[in-house]
Parts: sequence; C-alpha cells; structure tokens
Amino acid sequence: MTARVLAVLLPLLLAPLAFGVIHRVKARFAGRQGKPLTQIYRDIRKCLGKGATISRTTTWLFQAGPTINLAATLAALSFVPLGGLPAAVSFPGDIFVFVYLLAMGRFFTIMAALDTGSSFEGMGASREAVYSCLAEPMLFLALMALARHSGDLSLSGMLSAVSAGSWLTGAPVLALVTVALFLILLAENCRVPFDDPTTHLELTMIHEVMVLDHGGPDMAIIEYAQTLKLWIFAAVTTSLLLPAASGALVWGALWGLAGVFAAAAAVGVTESVMARLRLTRVPPLLAAAGAFAALALILVGG
Amino acid sequence: MPLYLTALFVLSATALAALASGRGRAANLVGPLGCFLGCLLGIFAAASALFSPTPPALRLPWSVPYGAVSLTIDPLSALFLLPVFILGAAAALYGRGYLSDLAGKRCLGAHWFFFCLMVLGMALTVCATNAVFFLVSWEIMSLAPFFLICLHHEEDRVRTAARTYLFAAHLGTAFLMAFFLILGHLAGSMEFSAMARVAPDVLRPFAPALFFLALAGFGVKAGIVPLHVWLPEAHPAAPSHVSAFMSGALIKAGVYGVLRSLTFLGPLAPWMGQTLLAIGILTGVLGLLAGLGQGELKRFLAFSSIENMGIVFLGLGLGVLAAATGHPGPALFAFAGLLFHVINHALLKGLLFFGAGSVLHAVGHGFMERLGGLSKRMPFTATACVLAGAAISGLPPGNAFFGELLIYVGGGMAAMDMPLTDAVWAWTGVAGLAFIGGLSVIGFTRACGMVFSGEPRTDDAAKAHDPDPLMRAAMWSLGLLALGAALAAPFLLTAMLPAARLLLAGQSTALPVLPSATVNPEALLTAAVGVAFGAAALALILAFARSRLLARRSVRSHGTWDCGYIKPAPRMQYTASSYAEPMTVLFRRLLGEKRRFTPPEGLFPATGASRFASKTPDRVKDGFFVPLFSAVLTACDALKRFQQGNLNLYILYLLATLVILLAIALGFAS
Repeated sequence: MTARVLAVLLPLLLAPLAFGVIHRVKARFAGRQGKPLTQIYRDIRKCLGKGATISRTTTWLFQAGPTINLAATLAALSFVPLGGLPAAVSFPGDIFVFVYLLAMGRFFTIMAALDTGSSFEGMGASREAVYSCLAEPMLFLALMALARHSGDLSLSGMLSAVSAGSWLTGAPVLALVTVALFLILLAENCRVPFDDPTTHLELTMIHEVMVLDHGGPDMAIIEYAQTLKLWIFAAVTTSLLLPAASGALVWGALWGLAGVFAAAAAVGVTESVMARLRLTRVPPLLAAAGAFAALALILVGG
Repeated sequence: MPLYLTALFVLSATALAALASGRGRAANLVGPLGCFLGCLLGIFAAASALFSPTPPALRLPWSVPYGAVSLTIDPLSALFLLPVFILGAAAALYGRGYLSDLAGKRCLGAHWFFFCLMVLGMALTVCATNAVFFLVSWEIMSLAPFFLICLHHEEDRVRTAARTYLFAAHLGTAFLMAFFLILGHLAGSMEFSAMARVAPDVLRPFAPALFFLALAGFGVKAGIVPLHVWLPEAHPAAPSHVSAFMSGALIKAGVYGVLRSLTFLGPLAPWMGQTLLAIGILTGVLGLLAGLGQGELKRFLAFSSIENMGIVFLGLGLGVLAAATGHPGPALFAFAGLLFHVINHALLKGLLFFGAGSVLHAVGHGFMERLGGLSKRMPFTATACVLAGAAISGLPPGNAFFGELLIYVGGGMAAMDMPLTDAVWAWTGVAGLAFIGGLSVIGFTRACGMVFSGEPRTDDAAKAHDPDPLMRAAMWSLGLLALGAALAAPFLLTAMLPAARLLLAGQSTALPVLPSATVNPEALLTAAVGVAFGAAALALILAFARSRLLARRSVRSHGTWDCGYIKPAPRMQYTASSYAEPMTVLFRRLLGEKRRFTPPEGLFPATGASRFASKTPDRVKDGFFVPLFSAVLTACDALKRFQQGNLNLYILYLLATLVILLAIALGFAS
C-alpha cells in the first residue's frame, strides 16, 4: 500500500525537479551556471499567486482546458509504476485507458487554444493534433511489443516483467522498444528535435504557442501538468532500461528516481547536441519510431 | 412481442394520419407525436426482448411465394432495434421544431408519412427472419429516405444527392437478392433458421461468393470504402433530423445485415476476418482523411460516420479472425466492442447531427470557413457538440471509449496469443484503431473549434441563436442517454454479451461458446469506468479549487494576445483548411487535393488580386464510379439504335423473337 501511494506521491512532489535537471544539463553544455534546480517550483508558486487576464473571445473551454488536462494527466499517472514500486492502479488492458486519458487532456488543451481565435494558437493546436495523431499508433505498437514480450496487458505488469535477466535473452527487443519510447517521449513532451520549448518565435513552437493566452493559476497548472507528463514517459522508458533489481520500498523508489532523473538528463543532452527539425521532417522521424517498435514486435516472435 | 407489434401499429397509423392531415401545422403535430409515442413503445419492447430468456417470435402465413411474415427479436435484433427507436423518437421531437418554419410551404404530411415508414421499415428489417419478408422490409426502409432527402428538391445538389442515394440503395439490393437466392436454394427454404442450418460441406464452395455478395449488398448501406460514395452526398442534403436518423440508425442496418449473414456462413475462414479488418482500417482512415478536406459541417459528419463504420468493421474483422483461428476470448471482446460501438455511435452522431442542424437552422449554412464564435451565441449547442465530439473521438469518459476499449483489449489479447502471422493482423488493427482515434481528434477539434470558437468570420455567423426548447429536449435526451451508457457500461455489457455470443456461436461449432478469457470484460469496464469518471470528478474538483483561488483575485477581461499586431480582424483567424493542412499535405497523393493559387504580385498587391482555393474530391467516386456509370450510359446509348419509334420495326422484333424462341424450344425438344 505504501509503495502504491509513494508511486504517485513522489512524482507529485518531484516532477518539477526533473525539469530543473534538464535546464541544468543544458546550461552546463552551454557553459553557463544555470538557474537553480528548484526554479520551476518558484515559477509555479509565482503564477499560482497571481490573478488572471482572460480574453473576451473565450468561453468556459478556455478556462477548463488546463484543469481537465491536469486531471487527465494525474489519472494517467496513477497507472505508472516507479522503479520497484507498483503503480497505484493496475488492471489488464489499462494501457489503452492510459493512452486515451492523455489524449483526453490533449483534446481539451487544443480546444482551449482554438477558443482564443488566435492564429498563432490555431497553428500550434494544428501541429500538436497532427503529431500526436502520428505518435499515438507508434506508442501502441511499442506497448504491444512489451505486452507480447511479457504476456501482460497492464502497464505495471508489462514493465515489472522486465528484469536484468530479460536483457540477456531479449536485448534487441528491449533496446528497440526503449529507443522507440524515447523518441515518443521527446515528441509527446514537445522537446527538441520535435519542438523547442524555449524558442521566442511563436511560429516555430508547438506546445508553447498553444498556451500563449493562459496566465496566472492556469499557467501554473499547465506547467505542472507538463512536468508530470515528462515524468510519466521518463518513468516508463527508464523502467525498461534500468529494471529494478529489488522490490524493497526504499531501494525501489531510489532506483526509480535515479531512472527518471537520468532520462531527464538524457533529454537535456539531446537538446544540447541537436537542433529542432524542420516541421516536414517530423513525420518521418515518428515513422522511424514506429518502425523500431514494429521491428521489436516481430522480433518478439511466436 | 405485443408491445413491439403495438409500436409498429402506432407507427403505421401515424403514417396514414399524417398523410391525411395535409401540408401544414396539423401534419407537423400528428406526425411527430405519433412517431414519438410509437418509438417510445418500441424502446420498451426492444429492452424487454433484450433481457427475455427466449426470443419473442411471430409467424404468419403470407400469400407471396416462399414468403412468410416471420419476426423474431433475438438478442442481436433487439440490440439493433434500440438505436432505431431511440433515434426515431429523438428525431421526431427535433424534426417538429426543425420543420415548423416550413409548415404549409412543404408537404409535411408526406414527409412524416415517409419518416414513419422509414422507422417502421427498419424496425421490421432487423427482426425479419424470412428472406422475402426481409427484402420487402429492406426496400421500404431504403426507399423512404429518398423522399425525405428531397425535402428541398428545388436545390440542384439535393436532387443529385437523392438520385445518388437511390442508385446506391438499389444496386445494394441487387446483390442482396443474389445472396438470398443462392442461400435459399442451398437451404431449400427462405427461412433464416433453415439458412443457418445448411451443412458446411454444401456451403463451402459457395462461401466466398456469398461472403462478397453480402459484403457488397450490406456494405453499400453501411458506407464502407469504396461503397461509401452516397453517404457524403445524402447526409448534408437531407434535413438534419433525417440525417441524424440515417447516420445513427439506417446505416447500422448494413452492419446488422453483415452480422446476420455471417451467422449463416459459419464456420468462417481466417481470410474473411482479414478482409473485414482491412476494409475496416481502410474505411476508418480514408473516411476521416477525406473528412479533413471538407469545409461543410454536415459533410464532415457524414465522413465521420464512414469512419465509425470503419471502427465497427475493424472490430468485426478482429473478432472473426480470432474466432476462426481458435481464440474465442479475444473474439468475444471484439464482438461485444463493435456492438457497443454501434449503440454509442448512434447516440453521439444523432446528437452531433442535431447540433449541426441547429447551426444550419440559425445561420442558414454550415460552411466552417464562414462560421466561428458561435459558442457565445448558442452556448447550449456549442457545449453539446464539443462534448459529443470529444466522446465520439473515443476519449474517456465518453461512452464510445468503452466500446473501443473492448475492441482494443480484444486486439491486444489476440496480438499476445496468436502465432506471428495472425498476430501481425491484430497489431495492424490496434495501430489502425489508434490512428483512427488520432485522426478523429483532429477532425472534431477542427469542426468544433472552427464553428464554435474564436470570433465570427462573417456577419451571418454573428446572428446565430440556440434552437427552440423542443429541439433542445431532443439533444438533451440523446446526451443524457450517452452519459448513461458511459456510466452503465459494465451493465450494458451484460446486455451485449448474449448477442456477441450469438455471433461467436455462429462462427464455428467446434469452439466453446463460453470463452476461457484471461481478462474479465465486466471487471475491465468497471475499472475503466471508475478511472475515467474519477478523472472527470478530479477535473471538477480542480476547477472548483481554481475558481476559489481566483475568486479573491483580480480577473481582467482583455482581447486575445495578438503578438503585437495592431489591427487584428476575424478573417485572420486560423481556418478549417489551414488547421487540417499538415495532415492533408502529408496524404496529398492519397487524397488528390486540388489547389488553385494566384499569388500576390508586386510590393503593394491590389485587393482581391490574389486568390486561393482548395478542394478535396472523392477519388473513389470520380475515379471509379463516375467512369463506370458513364460507360454504362454509353453502352445503353448503343441500344437506342434499336428504338426507332417505327411500329413496323417493333412488330419485326416481336416476330424475330418468336422465331428464335421457337427454334430454341424445338432444339431442346429434340
């Protein structure tokens, strides 16, 4: 029970820290000191303390978007195990609920963006919808490969079935799935090379441009949900790469945390060493992720 | 059974009464009222038949050769009766409001006569168990919409649409006649019960032909690609309550037909499952991709109906493949899922067509590029459409999610258990369903966002208003039913399982009817409902917390941030075509999108000198059906040579025919 609570409580508390790790890694690559690791906590607190400015064009959808997205992300988080800790909720077939909860959050984020009537936000919404539409089948292929590998249809079950021993027997499958999942992590979280969260040109952004009009508590909610989403994908990806050796509470939790922060560092390294891709190059990269996943599926075999 | 017959009686009496009550207000009262009451009775009849241990049946002699009035409401029939009567009742309510402006201007008596006939025909079709009686009901159901589509017959596009519909419906029936004649010949009877008992050895050589005949005949009605061409024409042309019924219920008759005919053809071969699966994915993906190129709201909804039939056939293909390869567990999931999706799609698409109808009613057209900002002017319609759009994209906690979840889990189980060669199909199905889901999100965020969000793009969009209370009541009832279907998903599943088992039992006698599933479908749905509505409750709690937080702060109202631009105008908003552009560019080869672009010239281009227009034609229609039918027309022109109008010549034809026949008869005799 404690383990299940911890698997949700730790991300709730520490997810923003993973963002801090990304920033720190990028700063070090650029030869800068970098902002404090806890800067994003301060940003969220600052936004939460403010009032709001809401566009006259908008309706309830604009104000509900961030909140619904956070609720959906939290619900999806409850399916994610952390290192040796089992997920809070788990049942056979939950992978489909998991992916669709994230899609539900996205639907309302997009609707909130369109509600402003701004061309910039329409552009971001359009790109987000298209890329996630291409990423989703790839994610399912990767998860199906894991399901066939482990014989389990629940996220927690299929991830806990991976052990250090399964790398000895099924290394190609697991390696391909890990690569595919990491690419999907970058796409779903709007990171380089799919999107650049730090650019100042609205035209080149995807996710950031969708939330241009949100401010105050809504912005805090959006930022927080974003850190949780990164955590979700980081935890899933790294639990393949660093399968937990022990089910003990403390070690399992620490192992999981180490994995998530390692994934965050990997994202930071990726962002430092490569540039954002041209928008037309994004679908082929997603297709490559799908090809990796499909190859893994076939390698699992009969 | 008595309740069902009473419902049918009320519907036929209403049809006649409406016809007798003339063109105006009286007909617009008698028709909808009677239709509503009849359908209400029908809903109870269908629900009670769904849970009755033995299916209610009726058999009366009929003077037509080989015919008999045989009706049986087995679980499968009862399940398809539900959308018929639910949408019949809702469309009657909505239609009364929708047509009230037209009282006296159009012959509403005839309209309601044909509407009742359509509901009646479909209610008979899904219960008929004699092939002759089935075909007669099928024709009643297929012909009535023709007269309903041409309500606004003075418009050219309406006449074309109605004609296309009539052609498609009749061509479909021709395949069905061949199907039932062959099957009836093999069975030695036109009764369905005899057809289901044809020995597998007798059936085997005919099975492929019968399978494709049924697929073509019923597929036209269901709107599967490439037989879908009538659907995007007929739905926008018909009045919205008729489109709602056609999309929600009528096209399901095609699904019912395929399901029923598969129970005759068992045990099925894996290739049939693969064919159905491929058709499902093709229909789902192409339906939505083509829908993204559409600028008219109801036309987009018609393409979305095609897509949803794709999901149904995808589930069917998965189920048949799993059953044929000896995996009854995944098959049961897929069958239950597709049946669930049939009900879910009926409720949601009915609601969406009502919403689109309200837009059309208030603004006068449904062109997305000229709308926008309607949610301020018609908040009820906007909210209903956005929520229904989210639900029909398969997002939790919408009801369609739970049907799709069953198909997903069926596909997932099949993908885990099957040998590699079959599992590849199951994977393709799962990935295809995910892609369809993603496309649906693009499609519905586009439709809802462009029509309801932002600022009005033109003046006519600015004067919109919500529909009258009766139309709102129809929308409320479908919306609440959809919510109820989502909340009661595990309970609805128990109602769905007998029909799913019926399909499974029809596939193969060698398989156990009760599957040894590793996943319990009811437990799955209970957990999924818990999580999905948990997320919704969490969203409400968070929204409450947010409003409490903002209550004590300054909340200012301001224009949308325009990145420093000085004079923003509504026409500068992102348009429906620009929203879909990344996708239509990616699949441009497939869609055949046509563009005409006159770029601006010089440093100070003149106003109106540059133009851009894009159009996504239906490639199946323009590339296959139009050439096919013009070839037929040319061939028929050649026959005109014999039609000279000269009486002497005609007498010569008669004589020649007689002589030839005589020669043949004598030849046979010797």
